[in-house]
Amino acid sequence: MERPPVERPPVERALVERALVERAPARRARWTAARLTGIRDETPTARTLRFSVPGWPGHLAGQHVDVRLTAEDGYSTQRSYSLAAPADGDTVELTVERVPDGEVSPYLTEVMEVGDEVELRGPVGGWFVWRPESTAPVLLVAGGSGVVPLMAMLRERRRAGSRVPFRLLYSLRGPDSRYYADELRRPDPGVDVTFLYTRGTPDPWPRPAGRVRLDDLAEGGWPSSFEPDCYVCGPTGFVETVADLLLTLGHAPERIRTERFGPTGG
Amino acid sequence: MTADHLDGNALAGPLAELFAVDVTAATGRCASCGLAGPIAALHVYGPEPGLVGRCPGCEEVVLRLVRGPGSAWLDLRGALSLRVTLPE
Repeated sequence: MERPPVERPPVERALVERALVERAPARRARWTAARLTGIRDETPTARTLRFSVPGWPGHLAGQHVDVRLTAEDGYSTQRSYSLAAPADGDTVELTVERVPDGEVSPYLTEVMEVGDEVELRGPVGGWFVWRPESTAPVLLVAGGSGVVPLMAMLRERRRAGSRVPFRLLYSLRGPDSRYYADELRRPDPGVDVTFLYTRGTPDPWPRPAGRVRLDDLAEGGWPSSFEPDCYVCGPTGFVETVADLLLTLGHAPERIRTERFGPTGG
Repeated sequence: MTADHLDGNALAGPLAELFAVDVTAATGRCASCGLAGPIAALHVYGPEPGLVGRCPGCEEVVLRLVRGPGSAWLDLRGALSLRVTLPE
């Protein structure tokens, strides 16, 4: 007997959609074709790529995808990239930094044009994720292009209408290296953004250029007594330093989640 | 060990080829020192000739994953156990 479709109220529908996302990883990952539908330059060396991926199952903020390129002679190579925004139907966004002498990123950032296809596998990774039903305050600490999965968390917070207070500490070389500059200049209510420049600062600027220090995390983060969830993403050395500083400030190890990206890269 | 490593988050894609659940969020216990923590927190070296996941506490090998043509080899001898959270 055929049953008529049930029109669910919005809240319940949201829960069902959430359940679908939660269940989505419960399948083995396959490579699928992704077609480039849009490009936005973030800096002179980084750009955001928007892909259409038919049948995309949805994803959690902080998850990543693997991208595979295959040459005409059959040689193929793959890299991981963080998803930069919540899914919009079948559309996903990655932000890719060009690594000089890299095998994949120069193609993605300089050669690829709208309409071209790559193979994509994901979403993958269930550890370095933020879920909007979480109520703990959040500290995000980004080193360079490590800001990408953290931006996905900020955007997921907005999409879900969450009021959880967020603080983002974004360590980067100088003002020209800022990703998502317009969006981070005017953060949502309840979100604080602090730029920590390592090489050159705007003029004038209260903090001299330099690497992240204990004071930066003490002033721009949350007291450990607030029990914030801390997400740290960046190059390996940066992540190790920040994680150690957070432990020094009394944050519990189980509340510090880290993601390193590395030298194998590009 | 050098600082030239990634972490267990980088295993998510390669392990998703083998398993239907996300193994990186599972809790692994190191067979060498007994430290328990998420697979995502392993120090990972590679990707060639294979991915090697080492314990962040004692740097002993916890797992190795090699993907060859037509097959994958997963060596878990350094992991005493894996605890996977499952929905009821």
